Amino acid sequence: MAASDAHRAIEAVWRIESPRLIAGLARIVRDVGVAEDLAQDALIAALEQWPKSGVPDNPGAWLMGTAKHRAVDWLRRSKTLERKHQQLGREIEIQQGSAQTDVDAVLDDDIGDDLLRLIFTACHPVLSTEARIALTLRLVGALTTAEIARAFLVSEPTVAQRIVRAKRTLAEARVPFEVPSGREREARLSSVLEVIYAIFNEGYAASAGDDWMRPALCEDALRLGRILAGLAPEQPEVHGLVALMELQASRLRARTGPGGEPILLLDQDRSRWDQLLIRRGLAGLDRAQQLGGALGPYTLQAAIAACHARARRAQDTDWERIVALYDALVQLSPSPVVELNRAVAVAMAFGPAAALPLVDALRAERSLAGYPFLPSVRGDLLAKLDRFEEADEELNRAASLTRNRRERRLLLDRAARCARRSACAERDDRRGAQSPDGRRSA
Amino acid sequence: MRFMVLVKASEESEAGVMPSQEALAEMGKYNEELAEAGVMLAGEGLHPSSRGVRVRFPERKVIDGPFAETKELIAGFWLIQAKSLDEAIEWVKRAPMEQTELEIRQVFEPEDFGEEFTPELREQEERLRAQAADNQ
Repeated sequence: MAASDAHRAIEAVWRIESPRLIAGLARIVRDVGVAEDLAQDALIAALEQWPKSGVPDNPGAWLMGTAKHRAVDWLRRSKTLERKHQQLGREIEIQQGSAQTDVDAVLDDDIGDDLLRLIFTACHPVLSTEARIALTLRLVGALTTAEIARAFLVSEPTVAQRIVRAKRTLAEARVPFEVPSGREREARLSSVLEVIYAIFNEGYAASAGDDWMRPALCEDALRLGRILAGLAPEQPEVHGLVALMELQASRLRARTGPGGEPILLLDQDRSRWDQLLIRRGLAGLDRAQQLGGALGPYTLQAAIAACHARARRAQDTDWERIVALYDALVQLSPSPVVELNRAVAVAMAFGPAAALPLVDALRAERSLAGYPFLPSVRGDLLAKLDRFEEADEELNRAASLTRNRRERRLLLDRAARCARRSACAERDDRRGAQSPDGRRSA
Repeated sequence: MRFMVLVKASEESEAGVMPSQEALAEMGKYNEELAEAGVMLAGEGLHPSSRGVRVRFPERKVIDGPFAETKELIAGFWLIQAKSLDEAIEWVKRAPMEQTELEIRQVFEPEDFGEEFTPELREQEERLRAQAADNQ
Protein backbone atom coordinates (compact mmCIF):
# COMPACT_ATOMS: atom_id res chain seq x y z
CA MET A 1 0.00 0.00 0.00
CA ALA A 2 1.38 3.40 -0.97
CA ALA A 3 2.01 5.66 1.99
CA SER A 4 -0.38 8.34 0.77
CA ASP A 5 -3.17 5.76 0.35
CA ALA A 6 -2.51 4.52 3.85
CA HIS A 7 -2.64 8.06 5.22
CA ARG A 8 -5.96 8.71 3.56
CA ALA A 9 -7.33 5.45 4.90
CA ILE A 10 -6.09 6.31 8.38
CA GLU A 11 -7.71 9.71 8.18
CA ALA A 12 -11.01 8.06 7.25
CA VAL A 13 -10.70 5.51 10.06
CA TRP A 14 -9.95 8.35 12.45
CA ARG A 15 -13.09 10.19 11.45
CA ILE A 16 -15.16 7.10 12.10
CA GLU A 17 -13.45 5.91 15.26
CA SER A 18 -12.14 8.94 17.12
CA PRO A 19 -15.38 10.08 18.83
CA ARG A 20 -15.95 6.66 20.37
CA LEU A 21 -12.26 6.32 21.12
CA ILE A 22 -12.11 9.66 22.93
CA ALA A 23 -15.38 8.91 24.72
CA GLY A 24 -14.14 5.55 25.99
CA LEU A 25 -10.84 7.02 27.11
CA ALA A 26 -12.54 9.94 28.83
CA ARG A 27 -14.42 7.48 31.01
CA ILE A 28 -11.10 6.00 32.13
CA VAL A 29 -9.17 9.21 32.70
CA ARG A 30 -12.13 11.47 33.50
CA ASP A 31 -10.76 14.34 31.44
CA VAL A 32 -11.71 14.92 27.80
CA GLY A 33 -8.51 16.88 27.14
CA VAL A 34 -6.31 14.05 28.35
CA ALA A 35 -8.52 11.55 26.53
CA GLU A 36 -8.06 13.41 23.26
CA ASP A 37 -4.29 13.56 23.76
CA LEU A 38 -4.18 9.80 24.37
CA ALA A 39 -6.31 9.16 21.31
CA GLN A 40 -3.99 11.37 19.26
CA ASP A 41 -1.03 9.34 20.50
CA ALA A 42 -2.74 6.21 19.23
CA LEU A 43 -3.32 7.94 15.90
CA ILE A 44 0.36 8.79 15.64
CA ALA A 45 1.22 5.16 16.34
CA ALA A 46 -1.17 4.13 13.56
CA LEU A 47 0.41 6.62 11.16
CA GLU A 48 3.80 5.05 11.90
CA GLN A 49 2.76 1.42 11.67
CA TRP A 50 -0.16 1.06 9.26
CA PRO A 51 1.63 2.28 6.13
CA LYS A 52 4.05 -0.64 6.66
CA SER A 53 1.71 -3.29 8.07
CA GLY A 54 -1.52 -2.28 6.35
CA VAL A 55 -4.72 -1.16 8.04
CA PRO A 56 -5.76 -3.86 10.54
CA ASP A 57 -9.06 -5.71 10.11
CA ASN A 58 -10.57 -4.05 13.11
CA PRO A 59 -8.90 -0.63 13.19
CA GLY A 60 -11.15 0.65 15.99
CA ALA A 61 -10.07 -2.12 18.35
CA TRP A 62 -6.42 -1.56 17.39
CA LEU A 63 -6.63 2.14 18.21
CA MET A 64 -8.48 1.46 21.45
CA GLY A 65 -5.96 -1.21 22.51
CA THR A 66 -3.04 1.11 21.82
CA ALA A 67 -4.67 4.02 23.59
CA LYS A 68 -5.58 1.82 26.52
CA HIS A 69 -1.92 1.13 27.27
CA ARG A 70 -1.20 4.80 27.25
CA ALA A 71 -4.19 5.48 29.47
CA VAL A 72 -2.92 3.00 32.04
CA ASP A 73 0.51 4.67 31.96
CA TRP A 74 -1.13 8.03 32.40
CA LEU A 75 -3.17 6.81 35.37
CA ARG A 76 -0.03 5.41 37.03
CA ARG A 77 1.77 8.70 36.53
CA SER A 78 -1.11 10.76 37.83
CA LYS A 79 -1.43 8.42 40.80
CA THR A 80 2.17 9.13 41.70
CA LEU A 81 1.48 12.79 41.13
CA GLU A 82 -1.57 12.56 43.30
CA ARG A 83 0.43 11.07 46.14
CA LYS A 84 2.85 13.94 45.88
CA HIS A 85 0.01 16.41 45.91
CA GLN A 86 -1.51 14.72 48.92
CA GLN A 87 1.81 15.03 50.70
CA LEU A 88 1.56 18.71 49.98
CA GLY A 89 -1.85 18.63 51.59
CA ARG A 90 -3.71 19.30 48.41
CA GLU A 91 -6.77 17.42 47.48
CA ILE A 92 -7.09 16.16 43.97
CA GLU A 93 -9.99 14.14 42.85
CA ILE A 94 -8.93 11.48 40.45
CA GLN A 95 -10.66 8.15 40.22
CA GLN A 96 -8.14 5.51 41.05
CA GLY A 97 -7.79 2.02 42.44
CA SER A 98 -9.37 -0.23 39.89
CA ALA A 99 -7.84 1.49 36.89
CA GLN A 100 -7.15 -1.76 35.07
CA THR A 101 -10.69 -3.10 35.51
CA ASP A 102 -12.06 0.24 34.33
CA VAL A 103 -10.01 0.01 31.19
CA ASP A 104 -11.18 -3.52 30.44
CA ALA A 105 -14.77 -2.60 31.15
CA VAL A 106 -14.58 0.24 28.66
CA LEU A 107 -13.37 -2.13 25.97
CA ASP A 108 -16.21 -4.57 26.55
CA ASP A 109 -18.92 -2.09 27.33
CA ASP A 110 -21.42 -0.47 25.08
CA ILE A 111 -19.60 2.67 24.07
CA GLY A 112 -22.83 4.54 23.37
CA ASP A 113 -23.24 5.84 26.90
CA ASP A 114 -19.71 7.21 26.80
CA LEU A 115 -20.41 9.00 23.54
CA LEU A 116 -23.48 10.60 25.09
CA ARG A 117 -21.35 11.67 28.07
CA LEU A 118 -18.84 13.14 25.65
CA ILE A 119 -21.53 15.15 23.86
CA PHE A 120 -22.93 16.50 27.13
CA THR A 121 -19.45 17.42 28.33
CA ALA A 122 -18.43 19.17 25.12
CA CYS A 123 -21.67 21.18 25.27
CA HIS A 124 -21.33 22.06 28.95
CA PRO A 125 -22.75 25.50 29.81
CA VAL A 126 -19.53 26.45 31.60
CA LEU A 127 -18.13 26.98 28.08
CA SER A 128 -18.95 29.84 25.75
CA THR A 129 -21.11 29.01 22.73
CA GLU A 130 -18.11 29.36 20.42
CA ALA A 131 -16.07 27.01 22.57
CA ARG A 132 -18.89 24.47 22.74
CA ILE A 133 -19.26 24.51 18.97
CA ALA A 134 -15.54 24.10 18.33
CA LEU A 135 -15.15 21.34 20.91
CA THR A 136 -18.22 19.44 19.72
CA LEU A 137 -17.12 19.55 16.09
CA ARG A 138 -13.66 18.46 17.08
CA LEU A 139 -14.44 15.69 19.57
CA VAL A 140 -17.80 14.38 18.37
CA GLY A 141 -17.76 15.45 14.72
CA ALA A 142 -14.10 14.44 14.28
CA LEU A 143 -13.35 17.58 12.29
CA THR A 144 -9.79 18.83 12.14
CA THR A 145 -8.85 22.24 13.48
CA ALA A 146 -8.30 23.37 9.90
CA GLU A 147 -11.77 22.24 8.86
CA ILE A 148 -13.41 24.06 11.76
CA ALA A 149 -11.38 27.19 10.99
CA ARG A 150 -12.48 27.08 7.33
CA ALA A 151 -16.11 26.56 8.28
CA PHE A 152 -16.20 29.52 10.65
CA LEU A 153 -13.85 31.78 8.67
CA VAL A 154 -11.37 32.17 11.49
CA SER A 155 -7.70 31.31 11.58
CA GLU A 156 -6.47 27.87 12.57
CA PRO A 157 -4.55 29.14 15.63
CA THR A 158 -7.74 30.83 16.82
CA VAL A 159 -9.66 27.54 16.69
CA ALA A 160 -6.78 25.61 18.21
CA GLN A 161 -6.61 28.05 21.08
CA ARG A 162 -10.37 28.00 21.54
CA ILE A 163 -10.23 24.21 21.90
CA VAL A 164 -7.25 24.25 24.27
CA ARG A 165 -8.95 26.84 26.47
CA ALA A 166 -12.23 24.92 26.42
CA LYS A 167 -10.52 21.74 27.59
CA ARG A 168 -8.69 23.65 30.30
CA THR A 169 -11.95 25.27 31.45
CA LEU A 170 -13.62 21.86 31.72
CA ALA A 171 -10.72 20.50 33.75
CA GLU A 172 -10.54 23.53 36.04
CA ALA A 173 -14.29 23.53 36.62
CA ARG A 174 -14.00 19.79 37.38
CA VAL A 175 -16.88 19.09 35.06
CA PRO A 176 -17.77 15.45 35.69
CA PHE A 177 -17.79 13.15 32.67
CA GLU A 178 -21.42 12.14 32.91
CA VAL A 179 -24.91 12.46 31.52
CA PRO A 180 -26.71 14.66 34.03
CA SER A 181 -29.88 13.34 35.59
CA GLY A 182 -33.17 14.83 36.73
CA ARG A 183 -33.96 18.45 36.06
CA GLU A 184 -30.39 19.29 35.14
CA ARG A 185 -30.61 16.81 32.30
CA GLU A 186 -33.30 18.80 30.57
CA ALA A 187 -31.42 22.06 30.78
CA ARG A 188 -28.20 20.42 29.63
CA LEU A 189 -29.95 18.66 26.76
CA SER A 190 -31.22 21.98 25.50
CA SER A 191 -27.63 23.24 25.55
CA VAL A 192 -26.62 20.26 23.38
CA LEU A 193 -29.48 20.88 20.94
CA GLU A 194 -28.60 24.56 20.82
CA VAL A 195 -25.00 23.78 19.85
CA ILE A 196 -26.02 21.37 17.09
CA TYR A 197 -28.57 23.82 15.70
CA ALA A 198 -26.06 26.67 15.85
CA ILE A 199 -23.67 24.58 13.73
CA PHE A 200 -26.46 23.85 11.28
CA ASN A 201 -27.48 27.49 11.07
CA GLU A 202 -23.95 28.66 10.44
CA GLY A 203 -23.98 26.35 7.44
CA TYR A 204 -27.53 27.18 6.38
CA ALA A 205 -27.32 30.95 6.55
CA ALA A 206 -23.71 31.87 6.90
CA SER A 207 -23.60 34.97 9.08
CA ALA A 208 -20.52 36.32 7.35
CA GLY A 209 -18.39 35.85 4.29
CA ASP A 210 -18.92 35.49 0.57
CA ASP A 211 -20.98 32.31 0.42
CA TRP A 212 -24.55 32.36 1.54
CA MET A 213 -24.39 28.76 2.67
CA ARG A 214 -21.83 26.18 3.66
CA PRO A 215 -23.60 22.86 3.09
CA ALA A 216 -20.79 20.73 4.54
CA LEU A 217 -21.46 22.32 7.92
CA CYS A 218 -25.15 21.45 7.59
CA GLU A 219 -24.16 17.86 6.91
CA ASP A 220 -21.94 17.84 10.00
CA ALA A 221 -24.80 19.14 12.14
CA LEU A 222 -27.18 16.57 10.68
CA ARG A 223 -24.73 13.82 11.42
CA LEU A 224 -24.34 15.02 15.02
CA GLY A 225 -28.11 15.25 15.38
CA ARG A 226 -28.62 11.73 14.04
CA ILE A 227 -25.95 10.39 16.41
CA LEU A 228 -27.74 12.07 19.29
CA ALA A 229 -31.10 10.68 18.16
CA GLY A 230 -29.58 7.19 18.22
CA LEU A 231 -28.19 7.73 21.73
CA ALA A 232 -31.22 9.43 23.27
CA PRO A 233 -34.18 8.07 21.26
CA GLU A 234 -36.60 8.72 24.14
CA GLN A 235 -36.21 12.51 23.82
CA PRO A 236 -38.87 14.02 21.53
CA GLU A 237 -36.96 17.26 21.07
CA VAL A 238 -33.93 15.43 19.69
CA HIS A 239 -36.12 13.97 16.93
CA GLY A 240 -37.75 17.39 16.56
CA LEU A 241 -34.38 19.03 15.97
CA VAL A 242 -33.22 16.38 13.49
CA ALA A 243 -36.54 16.68 11.65
CA LEU A 244 -36.20 20.46 11.56
CA MET A 245 -32.67 20.25 10.16
CA GLU A 246 -33.59 17.61 7.56
CA LEU A 247 -36.60 19.60 6.38
CA GLN A 248 -34.55 22.78 6.11
CA ALA A 249 -31.65 20.97 4.44
CA SER A 250 -34.09 19.50 1.90
CA ARG A 251 -34.24 23.01 0.41
CA LEU A 252 -30.47 23.57 0.29
CA ARG A 253 -30.02 23.05 -3.44
CA ALA A 254 -33.02 25.22 -4.31
CA ARG A 255 -31.81 28.10 -2.18
CA THR A 256 -29.19 29.53 -4.51
CA GLY A 257 -29.17 30.57 -8.12
CA PRO A 258 -26.42 30.03 -10.69
CA GLY A 259 -24.35 32.94 -9.39
CA GLY A 260 -24.65 31.74 -5.79
CA GLU A 261 -27.27 34.36 -5.00
CA PRO A 262 -29.99 33.42 -2.51
CA ILE A 263 -33.46 32.41 -3.72
CA LEU A 264 -36.14 32.94 -1.10
CA LEU A 265 -38.47 30.17 0.03
CA LEU A 266 -41.52 31.23 -1.95
CA ASP A 267 -39.52 31.74 -5.16
CA GLN A 268 -37.80 28.38 -5.01
CA ASP A 269 -38.29 25.67 -7.62
CA ARG A 270 -39.85 23.04 -5.38
CA SER A 271 -39.03 20.22 -7.77
CA ARG A 272 -35.45 20.74 -6.63
CA TRP A 273 -36.26 20.05 -3.00
CA ASP A 274 -34.71 16.86 -1.72
CA GLN A 275 -37.57 14.39 -1.31
CA LEU A 276 -35.44 11.91 0.64
CA LEU A 277 -34.66 14.48 3.31
CA ILE A 278 -38.29 15.61 3.35
CA ARG A 279 -39.42 12.03 3.94
CA ARG A 280 -36.85 11.57 6.68
CA GLY A 281 -37.82 14.90 8.23
CA LEU A 282 -41.53 14.12 8.22
CA ALA A 283 -40.83 10.69 9.74
CA GLY A 284 -38.69 12.31 12.45
CA LEU A 285 -41.47 14.79 13.19
CA ASP A 286 -43.91 11.88 13.55
CA ARG A 287 -41.56 10.18 16.00
CA ALA A 288 -41.25 13.36 18.05
CA GLN A 289 -45.02 13.77 18.15
CA GLN A 290 -45.66 10.12 18.97
CA LEU A 291 -43.41 10.30 22.01
CA GLY A 292 -46.14 12.43 23.51
CA GLY A 293 -46.16 15.42 25.80
CA ALA A 294 -46.43 19.04 24.77
CA LEU A 295 -44.48 19.84 21.62
CA GLY A 296 -41.13 21.48 22.33
CA PRO A 297 -39.70 24.44 20.42
CA TYR A 298 -37.71 22.35 17.90
CA THR A 299 -40.64 20.05 17.19
CA LEU A 300 -42.88 23.09 16.67
CA GLN A 301 -40.37 24.59 14.27
CA ALA A 302 -40.13 21.25 12.48
CA ALA A 303 -43.93 21.23 12.20
CA ILE A 304 -43.74 24.68 10.61
CA ALA A 305 -41.04 23.53 8.20
CA ALA A 306 -43.24 20.51 7.41
CA CYS A 307 -46.07 22.85 6.31
CA HIS A 308 -43.72 24.20 3.64
CA ALA A 309 -42.42 20.75 2.73
CA ARG A 310 -45.95 19.42 2.20
CA ALA A 311 -46.99 22.28 -0.08
CA ARG A 312 -46.31 21.28 -3.69
CA ARG A 313 -46.65 24.89 -4.80
CA ALA A 314 -45.94 28.03 -2.75
CA GLN A 315 -49.58 29.09 -3.01
CA ASP A 316 -50.68 25.78 -1.44
CA THR A 317 -48.94 26.62 1.85
CA ASP A 318 -51.21 26.35 4.86
CA TRP A 319 -50.30 29.74 6.35
CA GLU A 320 -53.09 29.69 8.91
CA ARG A 321 -51.68 26.52 10.41
CA ILE A 322 -48.24 28.10 10.38
CA VAL A 323 -49.62 31.10 12.28
CA ALA A 324 -51.20 28.71 14.82
CA LEU A 325 -47.89 26.88 15.26
CA TYR A 326 -46.09 30.20 15.73
CA ASP A 327 -48.71 31.13 18.34
CA ALA A 328 -47.72 28.00 20.26
CA LEU A 329 -44.04 28.77 19.77
CA VAL A 330 -44.47 32.33 21.05
CA GLN A 331 -46.16 30.93 24.16
CA LEU A 332 -43.40 28.40 24.72
CA SER A 333 -40.29 30.38 23.97
CA PRO A 334 -41.21 34.00 23.48
CA SER A 335 -38.59 35.96 21.60
CA PRO A 336 -38.65 38.96 19.28
CA VAL A 337 -37.26 36.81 16.47
CA VAL A 338 -40.10 34.31 16.81
CA GLU A 339 -42.59 37.22 16.93
CA LEU A 340 -41.09 38.56 13.73
CA ASN A 341 -41.42 35.19 12.00
CA ARG A 342 -44.98 34.97 13.21
CA ALA A 343 -45.63 38.39 11.69
CA VAL A 344 -44.39 37.11 8.33
CA ALA A 345 -46.81 34.18 8.55
CA VAL A 346 -49.63 36.56 9.53
CA ALA A 347 -48.86 38.64 6.46
CA MET A 348 -49.15 35.56 4.26
CA ALA A 349 -52.32 34.29 5.94
CA PHE A 350 -54.18 37.54 6.53
CA GLY A 351 -52.41 40.16 4.41
CA PRO A 352 -49.64 42.76 4.93
CA ALA A 353 -51.92 45.25 6.64
CA ALA A 354 -52.57 42.77 9.46
CA ALA A 355 -48.85 42.11 9.91
CA LEU A 356 -47.42 45.63 9.76
CA PRO A 357 -48.57 46.70 13.26
CA LEU A 358 -46.97 43.51 14.67
CA VAL A 359 -43.67 44.37 13.01
CA ASP A 360 -43.92 48.04 14.02
CA ALA A 361 -44.32 46.95 17.65
CA LEU A 362 -41.01 45.08 17.39
CA ARG A 363 -39.06 48.16 16.33
CA ALA A 364 -38.71 49.18 19.96
CA GLU A 365 -37.00 45.84 20.76
CA ARG A 366 -33.42 46.52 21.72
CA SER A 367 -32.36 42.98 20.92
CA LEU A 368 -33.42 43.45 17.30
CA ALA A 369 -31.54 46.74 16.89
CA GLY A 370 -28.87 45.30 14.60
CA TYR A 371 -30.98 42.48 13.14
CA PRO A 372 -31.21 42.83 9.35
CA PHE A 373 -34.30 40.63 9.08
CA LEU A 374 -36.50 43.23 10.88
CA PRO A 375 -36.09 46.09 8.38
CA SER A 376 -36.08 43.53 5.57
CA VAL A 377 -39.49 42.15 6.59
CA ARG A 378 -40.83 45.61 7.24
CA GLY A 379 -39.57 46.74 3.86
CA ASP A 380 -41.37 43.84 2.16
CA LEU A 381 -44.64 44.59 3.92
CA LEU A 382 -44.39 48.29 3.03
CA ALA A 383 -43.71 47.38 -0.60
CA LYS A 384 -46.78 45.15 -0.65
CA LEU A 385 -48.78 48.08 0.72
CA ASP A 386 -47.41 50.24 -2.14
CA ARG A 387 -45.41 52.40 0.28
CA PHE A 388 -42.32 52.12 -1.92
CA GLU A 389 -40.30 55.03 -0.59
CA GLU A 390 -40.42 53.75 2.98
CA ALA A 391 -39.80 50.22 1.70
CA ASP A 392 -36.69 51.35 -0.15
CA GLU A 393 -35.39 52.98 3.02
CA GLU A 394 -36.01 49.87 5.14
CA LEU A 395 -34.41 47.49 2.64
CA ASN A 396 -31.35 49.73 2.43
CA ARG A 397 -31.14 49.70 6.20
CA ALA A 398 -31.36 45.89 6.17
CA ALA A 399 -28.57 45.76 3.57
CA SER A 400 -26.34 47.92 5.74
CA LEU A 401 -26.88 45.59 8.70
CA THR A 402 -26.11 42.22 7.15
CA ARG A 403 -22.55 40.94 7.19
CA ASN A 404 -23.15 38.48 4.38
CA ARG A 405 -22.22 39.80 0.97
CA ARG A 406 -24.76 37.70 -1.00
CA GLU A 407 -27.58 38.69 1.30
CA ARG A 408 -26.62 42.35 1.05
CA ARG A 409 -26.75 42.10 -2.71
CA LEU A 410 -30.24 40.59 -2.62
CA LEU A 411 -31.50 43.29 -0.27
CA LEU A 412 -30.01 46.10 -2.35
CA ASP A 413 -31.66 44.65 -5.47
CA ARG A 414 -35.00 44.63 -3.74
CA ALA A 415 -34.45 48.17 -2.48
CA ALA A 416 -33.59 49.34 -5.99
CA ARG A 417 -36.78 47.76 -7.32
CA CYS A 418 -38.78 49.66 -4.69
CA ALA A 419 -36.96 52.88 -5.52
CA ARG A 420 -37.84 52.42 -9.20
CA ARG A 421 -41.47 51.79 -8.41
CA SER A 422 -41.48 54.73 -6.03
CA ALA A 423 -40.15 56.93 -8.84
CA CYS A 424 -42.76 55.46 -11.24
CA ALA A 425 -45.51 56.16 -8.78
CA GLU A 426 -44.36 59.76 -8.41
CA ARG A 427 -44.17 60.20 -12.17
CA ASP A 428 -47.62 58.66 -12.54
CA ASP A 429 -48.89 60.98 -9.84
CA ARG A 430 -47.57 63.95 -11.73
CA ARG A 431 -48.98 62.62 -14.99
CA GLY A 432 -52.24 61.86 -13.28
CA ALA A 433 -52.45 65.45 -12.07
CA GLN A 434 -51.65 66.75 -15.55
CA SER A 435 -53.82 64.42 -17.59
CA PRO A 436 -57.15 65.90 -18.53
CA ASP A 437 -59.26 62.94 -17.43
CA GLY A 438 -57.41 62.74 -14.12
CA ARG A 439 -56.78 59.00 -14.63
CA ARG A 440 -54.17 57.64 -12.25
CA SER A 441 -52.20 54.54 -12.69
CA ALA A 442 -53.42 51.62 -10.60
CA MET B 1 -21.30 14.09 0.13
CA ARG B 2 -23.55 11.23 -0.64
CA PHE B 3 -22.59 7.85 -1.91
CA MET B 4 -24.67 5.02 -3.23
CA VAL B 5 -23.34 1.63 -2.30
CA LEU B 6 -24.55 -0.99 -4.74
CA VAL B 7 -24.75 -4.62 -3.70
CA LYS B 8 -24.14 -6.94 -6.63
CA ALA B 9 -26.37 -9.95 -7.08
CA SER B 10 -25.18 -13.50 -6.52
CA GLU B 11 -26.43 -16.94 -7.57
CA GLU B 12 -28.23 -17.16 -4.23
CA SER B 13 -29.82 -13.74 -4.33
CA GLU B 14 -30.97 -14.39 -7.90
CA ALA B 15 -32.38 -17.75 -6.86
CA GLY B 16 -34.43 -15.97 -4.21
CA VAL B 17 -32.62 -17.70 -1.34
CA MET B 18 -33.28 -15.62 1.76
CA PRO B 19 -30.28 -14.87 3.98
CA SER B 20 -29.93 -16.92 7.15
CA GLN B 21 -31.17 -15.55 10.43
CA GLU B 22 -27.60 -15.09 11.48
CA ALA B 23 -26.76 -13.11 8.35
CA LEU B 24 -29.85 -10.95 8.82
CA ALA B 25 -28.87 -10.23 12.40
CA GLU B 26 -25.35 -9.26 11.30
CA MET B 27 -26.77 -6.97 8.65
CA GLY B 28 -29.16 -5.44 11.16
CA LYS B 29 -26.26 -4.72 13.47
CA TYR B 30 -24.28 -3.12 10.67
CA ASN B 31 -27.22 -0.97 9.60
CA GLU B 32 -27.66 0.12 13.17
CA GLU B 33 -24.00 1.07 13.33
CA LEU B 34 -24.39 3.17 10.17
CA ALA B 35 -27.53 4.82 11.49
CA GLU B 36 -26.03 5.54 14.90
CA ALA B 37 -23.02 7.18 13.30
CA GLY B 38 -25.44 9.43 11.42
CA VAL B 39 -24.16 8.05 8.12
CA MET B 40 -27.06 6.03 6.74
CA LEU B 41 -29.73 7.84 4.75
CA ALA B 42 -31.50 4.89 3.16
CA GLY B 43 -30.95 1.25 2.31
CA GLU B 44 -33.02 -1.53 0.78
CA GLY B 45 -32.71 -5.06 -0.51
CA LEU B 46 -34.20 -6.00 -3.86
CA HIS B 47 -36.17 -9.02 -5.04
CA PRO B 48 -34.40 -11.22 -7.62
CA SER B 49 -34.53 -10.10 -11.23
CA SER B 50 -37.02 -12.90 -11.99
CA ARG B 51 -39.58 -10.61 -10.39
CA GLY B 52 -38.37 -7.55 -12.27
CA VAL B 53 -38.81 -6.16 -15.75
CA ARG B 54 -36.83 -3.94 -18.05
CA VAL B 55 -38.33 -1.23 -20.22
CA ARG B 56 -36.27 -0.75 -23.36
CA PHE B 57 -36.24 2.63 -25.09
CA PRO B 58 -37.05 4.11 -27.54
CA GLU B 59 -39.76 1.55 -28.31
CA ARG B 60 -40.68 1.22 -24.60
CA LYS B 61 -40.67 -2.53 -24.94
CA VAL B 62 -41.24 -4.35 -21.67
CA ILE B 63 -38.89 -7.31 -21.13
CA ASP B 64 -39.59 -9.72 -18.29
CA GLY B 65 -36.86 -10.99 -15.96
CA PRO B 66 -34.88 -12.96 -14.98
CA PHE B 67 -31.83 -11.44 -16.61
CA ALA B 68 -28.52 -13.05 -17.40
CA GLU B 69 -25.11 -11.65 -16.39
CA THR B 70 -25.90 -12.20 -12.66
CA LYS B 71 -22.78 -10.37 -11.48
CA GLU B 72 -23.88 -7.16 -13.15
CA LEU B 73 -27.27 -7.17 -11.49
CA ILE B 74 -28.10 -5.21 -8.37
CA ALA B 75 -29.43 -6.94 -5.26
CA GLY B 76 -29.66 -3.96 -2.93
CA PHE B 77 -28.26 -0.58 -2.03
CA TRP B 78 -27.37 1.84 0.68
CA LEU B 79 -27.38 5.59 0.42
CA ILE B 80 -24.85 7.01 2.84
CA GLN B 81 -23.52 10.44 3.77
CA ALA B 82 -19.78 10.67 4.31
CA LYS B 83 -17.14 13.37 4.27
CA SER B 84 -15.05 11.72 1.58
CA LEU B 85 -14.79 8.67 -0.66
CA ASP B 86 -12.16 7.36 1.74
CA GLU B 87 -14.61 7.48 4.60
CA ALA B 88 -17.24 5.74 2.48
CA ILE B 89 -14.70 3.02 1.67
CA GLU B 90 -13.94 2.53 5.37
CA TRP B 91 -17.63 2.13 6.14
CA VAL B 92 -18.18 -0.27 3.26
CA LYS B 93 -15.21 -2.42 4.32
CA ARG B 94 -17.09 -3.09 7.55
CA ALA B 95 -20.16 -4.54 5.83
CA PRO B 96 -20.84 -8.15 6.87
CA MET B 97 -20.59 -9.56 3.35
CA GLU B 98 -19.20 -12.74 1.89
CA GLN B 99 -18.45 -13.50 -1.72
CA THR B 100 -19.86 -10.41 -3.31
CA GLU B 101 -18.79 -7.07 -4.57
CA LEU B 102 -19.95 -3.70 -3.30
CA GLU B 103 -19.67 -0.76 -5.63
CA ILE B 104 -19.43 2.80 -4.30
CA ARG B 105 -20.66 5.62 -6.50
CA GLN B 106 -20.83 9.27 -5.60
CA VAL B 107 -24.20 10.97 -5.93
CA PHE B 108 -24.24 14.15 -7.98
CA GLU B 109 -24.39 17.36 -5.96
CA PRO B 110 -25.67 20.58 -7.54
CA GLU B 111 -22.13 21.96 -7.92
CA ASP B 112 -21.12 18.89 -9.96
CA PHE B 113 -23.44 19.97 -12.74
CA GLY B 114 -21.31 23.03 -13.45
CA GLU B 115 -21.97 24.53 -16.86
CA GLU B 116 -24.76 22.09 -17.68
CA PHE B 117 -26.76 23.34 -14.79
CA THR B 118 -26.59 27.04 -15.33
CA PRO B 119 -28.71 27.69 -18.44
CA GLU B 120 -31.83 26.12 -16.97
CA LEU B 121 -31.45 28.09 -13.78
CA ARG B 122 -30.73 31.25 -15.71
CA GLU B 123 -33.91 30.72 -17.65
CA GLN B 124 -35.80 30.16 -14.44
CA GLU B 125 -34.40 33.32 -13.00
CA GLU B 126 -35.38 35.23 -16.09
CA ARG B 127 -38.88 33.82 -15.74
CA LEU B 128 -38.98 35.14 -12.20
CA ARG B 129 -37.74 38.52 -13.36
CA ALA B 130 -40.40 38.61 -16.05
CA GLN B 131 -43.02 37.77 -13.46
CA ALA B 132 -41.77 40.52 -11.21
CA ALA B 133 -41.95 42.92 -14.13
CA ASP B 134 -45.52 41.81 -14.88
CA ASN B 135 -46.47 42.57 -11.32
CA GLN B 136 -45.29 46.12 -11.65
